[in-house]
Amino acid sequence: MKNMANDYKYHTHINSEKKWFELNLKEVWKYRDLIVLFTKRNFTVTYKQTVLGPLWLFINPFITSIMYTLIFGNIAKIDTDGIPHFLFYLVSNAMWVFFANNINNNAYTFIWNASMFGKVYFPRLTVPVSNVLSGMIRFFIQMIMVGGFLAYYVCVGTVSPNWMAWLLIPAVLIHLGVFGMAIGIIVSSLTTKYRDLSFLVAYGVQLWMYGTPIVYPLSQIGDGILKKIVLINPVTMPVEVFRYAVLGKGNIILEYLVLSWIITIISILFGIMLFNRVEKTFMDTV
Amino acid sequence: MNEKKEIAIQLSGVKKMYKLGQIGGGTLQGDLQSWWAKKRGKEDPNCKIGQENRLEGQTFMALNGINLTVYKGEALGIIGVNGAGKSTMLKLLSRVTAPTEGTIDIYGRIASMLEVGTGFNKEMTGRENVYMNGTILGMTKSEIDAKMEDIIDFSEVRDFIDTPVKRYSSGMYVKLAFSVAAHLNSEIMIMDEVLAVGDMAFQRKCLSKMREAANKEGRTVLYVSHNMNTIRQLCNRCIVMDKGKIVFDGDVDRAISIYLGDVSERKMHNEFIIREHDPWITTDIKITSLDSLNNNNLIRFGGKFRFRLTYICNKEIENFAFRICVLKLDRTAVATAYSDEYSCKNGETYTKTFVLDVSQVAPGDYQLQIIAFQADHLGKQIRHDYISSAVSFSIFAENQLFNMNWNSSAWGDHVLPNLVEEITNGQEDKQ
Repeated sequence: MKNMANDYKYHTHINSEKKWFELNLKEVWKYRDLIVLFTKRNFTVTYKQTVLGPLWLFINPFITSIMYTLIFGNIAKIDTDGIPHFLFYLVSNAMWVFFANNINNNAYTFIWNASMFGKVYFPRLTVPVSNVLSGMIRFFIQMIMVGGFLAYYVCVGTVSPNWMAWLLIPAVLIHLGVFGMAIGIIVSSLTTKYRDLSFLVAYGVQLWMYGTPIVYPLSQIGDGILKKIVLINPVTMPVEVFRYAVLGKGNIILEYLVLSWIITIISILFGIMLFNRVEKTFMDTV
Repeated sequence: MNEKKEIAIQLSGVKKMYKLGQIGGGTLQGDLQSWWAKKRGKEDPNCKIGQENRLEGQTFMALNGINLTVYKGEALGIIGVNGAGKSTMLKLLSRVTAPTEGTIDIYGRIASMLEVGTGFNKEMTGRENVYMNGTILGMTKSEIDAKMEDIIDFSEVRDFIDTPVKRYSSGMYVKLAFSVAAHLNSEIMIMDEVLAVGDMAFQRKCLSKMREAANKEGRTVLYVSHNMNTIRQLCNRCIVMDKGKIVFDGDVDRAISIYLGDVSERKMHNEFIIREHDPWITTDIKITSLDSLNNNNLIRFGGKFRFRLTYICNKEIENFAFRICVLKLDRTAVATAYSDEYSCKNGETYTKTFVLDVSQVAPGDYQLQIIAFQADHLGKQIRHDYISSAVSFSIFAENQLFNMNWNSSAWGDHVLPNLVEEITNGQEDKQ
C-alpha cells in the first residue's frame, strides 16, 4: 500500500505534528481561482445597494485630503517641500490608506470568517492575499483621481515628477502590501486567542500614521532621536520612494530601504508560519 | 493491487482532545494576570475558589483512538448518539481542525458538506455563489464552467440564478448549495445530515444522486445521519460510534439495531427494575422484563413482533389487560393494541408470550410502551404499571413498495392493505 500512497494524484496526509517551517504556498497557488473570486466578492459586496457605488473610492480620500490641507497645511503650517498641500496629502493619504487597510482588513481574518472556516477546508491564506489584492485595486482606482490633479499641477509647473522612478512604484506597492499583510496575519493569528488585541489594532494603526511621514515630509523633523525612530519605521522608506517618483521630492536613504525590506521579509515569513500553525486548530479556540 | 480494494481514507490511532471550560483565558490581561500570580507564588486571580489549576486536567476526548479504513466506492454510514464524535471525525477529515494524535491519509479530493452553502454570500447572485462555493470546495473556475448547466438544472432554480441569494427562499438556497456540492469533481464526499433540508422530492433526488456517485462513479461517500431510513438506502457499510470510539463496523442493519439499542439503552432482554414515581400507578402489578423474540429486533414489513412478558402480581386482581402502544422514536404514538383480560393471584409471577401484529405499521424505527390497567365500573382506568419504553425495534421493507421508500412525513405511519378492485361484471348486475 506504501507505493499507492506515492502514486496517487491527490494524497493528503494529516498528522498531529505542528511544523514551524511550513509555508504551504503551493497550495495557495492551486486555489488561485478562489483568490480571484474573493477579491471580486470584496468589491461586489461592498458596493451593492449603495447609491454612489465605487464613487466612494474617490469621495473618502478627497475629503480626507481637504481636511489634512486645512488642518496641517493652513493651521499648523507644515512645510511640504514646496509641493501643493492638497496634492501632497492626496498622494500620502492614498499610500497610507493602502497600507493601513492591509492591516485592518486582515487583523480579523479568523474571527470574521470563523463560520466559513469551520465548515470546509481551503488554504486560509487565500483570504488575506485577496484582501491585499483588493486593496491594490482600490489604490489604482484612487490613482486615477490623483493622476487628474497631478496632471493639472504638472501643467501649471509646480510639480515635476521623476518619471524614471515610476518604475519603482510596483515594488513600493508589493513592499507595503506584503508588510501590511504580514502585520495583519500576525495580529489575526494572535486574536484567535487574545481578543483584546483587536482593540489595540485600530488604535495602533492610527498612532503608526503619525510615526510615518504622511502628514509631514521626512525633511521636516530635524535630526534627533525622533528622526531615527521614523527612519527605522519600515513604512517610511516606501512612502518616500513613492513621493519621490510621483511628486519629485523625497528623501531616499538606501540603508533604511534595505532594512525595511529585511524587516518585511522576516515579518512575512514569520507571519505565514504563525498563520499556518494557527489555522490548523483555531476552530477549537475561536 | 489496484484491481479490487483501493483505500480511500485511512485513520490510524486518531485522537482529538478538547479542553473543557473557558479556553485560553480569552483576554491577554487574564493570561498575564495568571502568569504574574504564578511567578510570585500567589493564588491565580482567575481561578475559581477551591480550584487548583485553571484548565489543567480538564480535558475531553472527543475521539479516543479511531482506526478506520474506508475503501474506494464504499458508501459508509456513520451513526451514533449526539456527542459520540461523528462530527468531530468529519471535521478532522475535512481538515477544519487537526487531530491531537494519530494520522489520517486521504487518497483523493474531498468535497465536504458539513453544512450546505458554505461561503454563500447573500448579496451575490446565485451564479456568483456557485462559483464561490465551488472554488471554496476545491474546483477551478473552468471546472465549474463545464458543470454550470448541470448544476443549475439539478438545483431547479434556473429562473432565479441571476438574483441575489438573499431573495431566495430557504429551500431554493439549500437546493442550489447541494447541487454545487453534488457536482464537484471529488473522489470523496462527506455529508453531515444535509438531507434534513429541502422538500421530499428534492431529498429523494439528492439521495439517488449520492447513490449514483457511490455506485456508478465509484466515489466514496461518508454519510452521517440520525435518519436510519436514509442510511439504509444509501450505505453499504455502517459504523456505530460511541464516546469517541467505533463500537461497531460492518453490516448496515446490524449497525442500526445496535444503535437503536443504544438509543433506548435496551437490548433483546429488557428488565424493568427502577421506575419513576408516579401517583397514578398502583404497582399492584409489576412488569419485570420483556424479552424480544425477534432476530435483532428487526422485523420485516408486514410481519409480527413477538415478545415474552414477565410480571409479578402484588394483589389479587381480576380483569386487567395490557395496552401496548407503538411509538416512534420521537415519542409520537403510531398505533395501539389491547390484550385479552387476565386475572392474577397475589405473589405469583407470570410469563406470557404475546404476538403484536405490526403488519400495518410503516417501515421505520419504533418503541413499545406497555401499560397494565383495569377499568373500574365507571369506565375509569386504574393503571397498575407503566413502562414508557420497553423495547426498541425496527421495521424494514425488503422489497420497497413500488421501489419507493416509505415517506412517513407525508404518508403517515400506517400502511393500509392494498386497494382491492370491486368486480362489477355483467353477471353480477343480472343477479
